[in-house]
Amino acid sequence: MSHWIVSPIVLPAMLAAILVLMVRRHLLPQRVLSMAGCVALLGIAIGQFWQAAGGDVTIYQLGHWPAPFGIVLVADRLSTLMVLVTTLLAPLVLLYAIGSGWDTRGRHFHPLFQFQLMGIIGAFLTGDLFNLFVFFEVLLIASYGLMIHAGGAERLRAGTQYVLFNLLGSTLFLFALGTIYAQTGTLNMADLALRVAELDAGANAGIRVAAVLLLMVFAIKAALLPLHFWLPASYALAPAPVAALFAIMTKVGAYGIIRVYTLVFPPELAITQGLFDTWLMPAALLTLALGMIGVLGAVRIERLVAFAVIGSMGLLLASVAVFTPDGIAAALYYAIHSTFATAALFLLVDVIQSRRGETAGRLVRARPFEGAPLVAGMFFVAAIAMTGLPPLSGFVGKLLILDAAFADPLVWWVWAVVLSASLVAVVGFARAGSIVFWKAHQQGPEPEETDPTSAPPVEDETAQNGSDEPAVPRPVLPMVAVGGLVAMLVALTIGAGPVNRALAATAEQLFSPAPYLEEVLATEGKVIKDDAHGDEDHAGDEHADEGEH
Amino acid sequence: MELLIATAVGALTAAGIYMVLRLRTFPVIIGTSLLSYAVNVFLFASGRLALNAPPVLRDGVETYTDPLPQALVLTAIVISFGMTAVVVIIALGSWLSSDDDLVDVPAVSDGDAAEPALPREQRQEAAQ
Repeated sequence: MSHWIVSPIVLPAMLAAILVLMVRRHLLPQRVLSMAGCVALLGIAIGQFWQAAGGDVTIYQLGHWPAPFGIVLVADRLSTLMVLVTTLLAPLVLLYAIGSGWDTRGRHFHPLFQFQLMGIIGAFLTGDLFNLFVFFEVLLIASYGLMIHAGGAERLRAGTQYVLFNLLGSTLFLFALGTIYAQTGTLNMADLALRVAELDAGANAGIRVAAVLLLMVFAIKAALLPLHFWLPASYALAPAPVAALFAIMTKVGAYGIIRVYTLVFPPELAITQGLFDTWLMPAALLTLALGMIGVLGAVRIERLVAFAVIGSMGLLLASVAVFTPDGIAAALYYAIHSTFATAALFLLVDVIQSRRGETAGRLVRARPFEGAPLVAGMFFVAAIAMTGLPPLSGFVGKLLILDAAFADPLVWWVWAVVLSASLVAVVGFARAGSIVFWKAHQQGPEPEETDPTSAPPVEDETAQNGSDEPAVPRPVLPMVAVGGLVAMLVALTIGAGPVNRALAATAEQLFSPAPYLEEVLATEGKVIKDDAHGDEDHAGDEHADEGEH
Repeated sequence: MELLIATAVGALTAAGIYMVLRLRTFPVIIGTSLLSYAVNVFLFASGRLALNAPPVLRDGVETYTDPLPQALVLTAIVISFGMTAVVVIIALGSWLSSDDDLVDVPAVSDGDAAEPALPREQRQEAAQ
């Protein structure tokens, strides 16, 4: 058995340990190692994606214990796709953090960043529900550290709230897992799929409770109404690179819903009829509406983007809630798109905040700032993508979702809400953009200089300078990072055809889980050389197992 | 036995939810701790309750208790312990850097809300 599948989890874990134990006081090695790790991860992710693209399901048994007794990692099309998106996002976000000096404003940014990547990738790859919980906790505890990176009263307050909300989410997750275990006696997803299907449809109270509890856990992560309250403050007050990385975290919740509710509780399952298939769609549409109204009502630009995240999650989950291969494929396309669009917007907001000086993210008129045309252009492109206007990927994604919605009884509700929410979002983003960039010129230059203390202080002398003094040339790396994210959006638009075919194949694989179940449950584990028990069970496997080593 | 466990889980959960809904961080943290105790007992009971039974296969033993929930509870205890430590520290930091220990984030205004980019010392000076 090759250790290839587990490598994207082990690599950041080891790297984080090295970063925190060996080079904690040296900035340059931290940056170089962290970036090298991200690039290596990207290479691994591309390799795994390539391997899974043919439709093969590859598993890795931790400790060589066979499922369902041991934990398995499963690399199928969906999980490798999500890992690929994460590892495409990570180097760009890291580039921004390095270029803007965010990583010098507090301690241990790079180790936490690597641990966060480990948790996210692990959550995507694992084939065991309890292991999913553990990886959720890994990514959460790293995100707690990243969330309060650089400190500040407001951020700590938001961080407290974020941690408490997620603690409650974890408790709920454990309750769900306990209920599932009590009903089925297993937590391996493939084994669960078989056992849930065999349950007596008459005595279904326990498993229905478990299904809804689990959905709530994922809904908290995915910021589905009415469990979205944690998101605006947390994302708006998190450091910009962290908020950009968090763009993938809401997708972890969406991934959980897609994975569990196609594999374990598929839509045609009689025992959970009338649960999520009835009210996931209305909740998603309300989330979309609320998010876009929030965009319109925001008074600070960072909160505007945070509400846009909620709106995009609503649209994504509305597409998931159709529960057809087309709907899932459209949702995946939109998930990739909204990850990059959100990350680009959060980074741009940080550029705007730091360059506007004291006005920061408030949506009021201020003097035009240096380099505004480039920032404005980027913001314009990212906003077009986010609101789903042609020609960028948001439009393609929305089109796919609207098309897929025909399979749903609520199709006209979907069309009405999606289209009017888009209009509201366009107005919201246009208002923000025109206040920040356009009306700035009507304000005219003021003689009074910007207060230099508003510039983020750079603690490390060797750090690349992010200060506001005009004499110092602005670092180009932040804009390169944002440009990279925008380029991803453009690439996603241009390559929409091939991407879509790959995603359709992904969705197809989700709806015919037989090879997945076969691969996970039928693969033999290690042979225990024990004369007392079970020799006859394993006698035949011995040479097959030897051959794999 | 079943009644005792069920009552314990129910009482801990009810108390935990009540405390979580409080306004200040300390009761809320106590509430999350109570909830994590409740969930640990619940997880333990999810493998069925068997008294004085071994969890490991052995010759000559007829009844076993399920070993897996015990492993799950152990993991959950460690994680919730660590998470509680983290939230205590963050809540402490939040209390020290502002005047109160309320859970709520103050309402956003387009006025002079403090700069997130400023370090804590400067923000404290500004607040005083």
